[in-house]
Amino acid sequence: MSEQTPQAVAARKPPVEYIPRITAQYIGLGYGEYRWVHSETPPSWTPLAKPISESRVGLIATGGVYSVGQTAFHYRDDTTYRAIPTDIDVSELRATHFAYDLTDARSDINCVFPIEALRALRDGGEIGELGPNAYTLMGGIYSTRRVREELIPELAKRCVADELDVVLLVPV
Amino acid sequence: MSSARDITRAAWPPRSVYLDYPLGHTSGRPHEPELNLQILRDTFAAFENLRVPGSMAHLHYRWSDSDRWKDRVFAPSTKAADLPECAVPNGDDPATASADAGADSTDGSGYEDDRVERHPTPQYQTDDDAAAARASHDGEDCLVCAGIDY
Repeated sequence: MSEQTPQAVAARKPPVEYIPRITAQYIGLGYGEYRWVHSETPPSWTPLAKPISESRVGLIATGGVYSVGQTAFHYRDDTTYRAIPTDIDVSELRATHFAYDLTDARSDINCVFPIEALRALRDGGEIGELGPNAYTLMGGIYSTRRVREELIPELAKRCVADELDVVLLVPV
Repeated sequence: MSSARDITRAAWPPRSVYLDYPLGHTSGRPHEPELNLQILRDTFAAFENLRVPGSMAHLHYRWSDSDRWKDRVFAPSTKAADLPECAVPNGDDPATASADAGADSTDGSGYEDDRVERHPTPQYQTDDDAAAARASHDGEDCLVCAGIDY
């Protein structure tokens, strides 16, 4: 980060509150009120068994990333996923989505799929190793039931099969 | 990783980091590999250091000197002249906003539906991608597109 004088930097605004803004937009557009996921109980907790530098790390990203040769995602509650080799050339990666500005992701997929940073950390010994595949999803799935009952169990199986110690989730 | 703090807090994952960037930049900025590497480094440091289930670390990075981009996110339509200096999500790119402004205005609410139609068919980035997908599946040498029936 560059050094900045206090005079040059405008006051920082608090984080965007997406839930009220999107809820108001949907109502303004004439849709029903969106039902957000609100977890009522604290999450389960698995202590790290070993440092990240010795861990096998996986990546799961929403944002509609696919590779050339794969079927692209569609825009209506797409609960499919793609397995993308973690050694893939980023020039083979594409992004498609209905709900965010794709300009920067299509210019540099690392904005939503940090594969090159992960490989650099692995090569530098800061991550033990990467799993064989990253897994990508569409997101923007309105049915939380389908996500819970169909998609997450499938992805969990893949993570177990890949013998991952840690999974980095990158939603959009 | 999250750029939507309130949504992630509501979902309540075991460990998370918050990056105060516009949606579409959850893991960094385009063509800034050193910055993005540091963001990932900080993310994994937080992963090792967070001790309370459900806690979130705030990364210190800032999208720009001004936070004006936040005013436009999922907000009712305003004049194109008020657009921020950077590309922000949801079709608010200044390069296209002038042409789009008001085009989809609804019944006086001020909101525009700036998402694209929710097509039920694959939406390829390029026509070449569609051809490549057909060829790879015809040749049975596809990568994994799980959950799709052929």
